[in-house]
Amino acid sequence: MGQEAPTERVLLEMRGISKGFPGVQALDAVDFTVRRGEVHALMGENGAGKSTLIKVLTGVYRRDAGRVVLDGRPIDPRSPKVAEALGLSTVYQEVNLIPHLSVAENICLGRQPTRFGLIRWRAIARRAVEALARVDLAIDVAQPLSSCSIAIQQMVAIARALDVSARLLILDEPTSSLDATEVEELFSVVRKLRGQGMGIVFITHFLDQMYEIADRVTVLRDGRLVGEYETAGLPRVRLVSLMIGKEYVEAEAAPKAPPPKAAGKPPFLEVRGIGRKGAIAPMDLAIAEGEVLGLAGLLGSGRTEVARLLFGIDRAETGEVRVGGRPVVLHSPRRAIREGFAFTPENRKVEGIIPNLSARENIVLALQANRGAWRALPRRRQLEIADRFIRALNIKTPGPEQTVGNLSGGNQQKVLLARWLATEPRLLILDEPTRGIDVGAKAEVEKLIQALRAEGLAILFISSELEEVVRTSQRVIVLRDRAKVGELAGREVDERTIMRTIAGHEHGD
Amino acid sequence: MATDRSQRIRREWLAKLVWPVAALALLLAFNLLFTPGFFHLEVREGHLYGQLITILNHGAKVMLLALGMTLVIATGGVDLSVGAVMAIAGAVAAQLINAPGVPFPAVILAALAAAVVAGAWNGMLVGGFRIQPIVATLILMVAGRGIAQLITDGQIITFTDARLVYVGNGHLLGLPFPVTIVLAMLAVTALLARKTAVGLFVEAVGDNETASRYAGVSARTVKFMTYVFSGLCAGMAGLVAASNIKCADSNHAGLFLELDAILAVVVGGTALTGGRFYLVGSLVGALLIQALTTTMYARNVSADVAPVPKAIVIVAVCLLQSETFRRKIAGLVRRRPA
Repeated sequence: MGQEAPTERVLLEMRGISKGFPGVQALDAVDFTVRRGEVHALMGENGAGKSTLIKVLTGVYRRDAGRVVLDGRPIDPRSPKVAEALGLSTVYQEVNLIPHLSVAENICLGRQPTRFGLIRWRAIARRAVEALARVDLAIDVAQPLSSCSIAIQQMVAIARALDVSARLLILDEPTSSLDATEVEELFSVVRKLRGQGMGIVFITHFLDQMYEIADRVTVLRDGRLVGEYETAGLPRVRLVSLMIGKEYVEAEAAPKAPPPKAAGKPPFLEVRGIGRKGAIAPMDLAIAEGEVLGLAGLLGSGRTEVARLLFGIDRAETGEVRVGGRPVVLHSPRRAIREGFAFTPENRKVEGIIPNLSARENIVLALQANRGAWRALPRRRQLEIADRFIRALNIKTPGPEQTVGNLSGGNQQKVLLARWLATEPRLLILDEPTRGIDVGAKAEVEKLIQALRAEGLAILFISSELEEVVRTSQRVIVLRDRAKVGELAGREVDERTIMRTIAGHEHGD
Repeated sequence: MATDRSQRIRREWLAKLVWPVAALALLLAFNLLFTPGFFHLEVREGHLYGQLITILNHGAKVMLLALGMTLVIATGGVDLSVGAVMAIAGAVAAQLINAPGVPFPAVILAALAAAVVAGAWNGMLVGGFRIQPIVATLILMVAGRGIAQLITDGQIITFTDARLVYVGNGHLLGLPFPVTIVLAMLAVTALLARKTAVGLFVEAVGDNETASRYAGVSARTVKFMTYVFSGLCAGMAGLVAASNIKCADSNHAGLFLELDAILAVVVGGTALTGGRFYLVGSLVGALLIQALTTTMYARNVSADVAPVPKAIVIVAVCLLQSETFRRKIAGLVRRRPA
């Protein structure tokens, strides 16, 4: 700890923080130090432990082990309210204010100045104006919050956080719904606060923004501390490999499968300039039959957004889509399904399974929906289909009538795959198909994808695990900050090149 | 394997039916012991009479409502307007039956059509415009009686047409005709729900609407259709109600029956949060409610306090269905001897 900054500059010191949940060690002896007057970024992939660390700090969770010292005094906040009183203020990714209340009410909510138990409205307005002045905002505090732009709402949230005489400000992905100029506004406020000597913790998935604003960065991975670095001395490629946990020298040069045979035919899916504001900048994309196209990029880079546009869940604002050379408007999942599309969403529980229905019902649902309500599949036929896929995909269930919510994550994922395979799709969009499932099931899903590709399906494969993308895909599109930044094919498809492209270097050597 | 499967399904079914059936059986047993003549049945002019038949007969309206309500609730919705829709259907029927030259089938069809239109209005608001079901159907719950008043010109319209009177007072094969209607509608609904994919779609939408949409189910259409069907059921109940008293009384026809119907569905095992539904359970629930009411009358409990014992029984059934409650009770029972 010799390289630590002089102790008088240290504002917050967390040492050896551990936190476990049933089945997971979310944090394992993590150290984290924030100095006065610095912006300190906290980086790491999904599940690295960033939010757990913040929640331990702000009293949402109690730590299992470790020590937290704020301004030289050990603290152990038991609730977010206690943490707030200590001067730890948090602004979350989703603006968690109340849209229908006024700006002033939102700023003072829960700590309204009162006299004889009655609220002093004028004092509220005055305090709100003062608080907003600290973030250089002069707006009508009586207007409802919902009439403000998201950026202003974010500022109001920060003003609210600062209102409690904050010493440490925690910004948890504050920029994910802001556009470039709004981010600039936010950053100028952050710089001003830094100038006043406040410590600021900044969590983001955007590398560019991190490099723009942060003085230091602490990288976490799998609940462990990877290290603390000066941002100025940390090359991007190095940062990405620290986050992902792969040195690029390790990247295996596995021979890629030859490009698909159908060279003369137009690709099954051809997309030009498809985009939607706030989701993904206009981009091109093509997938041939018998090909796996990988989508790589960090979290929040726009991977899922592309899938949602292609499946008609969100309407594309620009661009055109051709299926087998024919122009198509994908305005709903039903329309996409009719074109032979299938989609297993990233958030399996919320968007995928029907938890209280049986495996059989889950498996036949898409097929039945495509046939319509009146051409019902007879029960016998449903059981045949369910049994066939339970065997083919090796779904571990007591039987086809088992409630799907009771199956393990990997088996739920297989049920979803079965649901789509039963419709005999031509394009399979797989968003994080192996997330949260155990290693064995993972390998099975990957093997299945290869088998389906060999049968001539077009597959769009989205994963945050680069290794998996490289193993599975013939071509890879790389996304960064909600835009396509590169397309790799053949021998370029390796982790090193993908990482370099994500980090913003030209690919190739 | 095949027997395993069907046993599993049957077990789920029976588990849901156990508590309402047990409550009904208990209530009947109570009457067997303490209410003289409750189980007395007699045949007069070839028709069955007695308290048990009265329960079936008077329960018919709520049973009809409960069939439609079951599907609506299974999608995660609720239809508060069914009582008012009953009034509309009754008003249309009474007006047309008194108009010269309108054939009887046209009267029935027009009354049911009016109810279906009302259901379609609800379905449009909930399915099409995604208005919360309680709010959307509250509109017609309040306005529906006004519409019925407009149809009847603010009057109570009486009628004497024998065919319309038969709907609520006639007998078929010894049973009151309303009971026949209920049995026919149960058959139709069960066929619709289990022999087409409607049941699957309704349960899927109620359990996870987003996932259902992503699987290609048109949640909007599914919801729309359940409200239309609920309207149709309310229309039939409205015909029975008007026929029972041989007049259309817009202010009182079906008053508060929407609450009985919702209760019947919940008591029958279908959760208000949507998902799995149990048609037979809903009918048992409706019978339980009616049996309670009839018991009160038979025991000369004043109509003003009758809702209290009714509420107690219903709360008891709902508590027994709650797994949390059963676990707590089991915990208490286990702790005591220790």
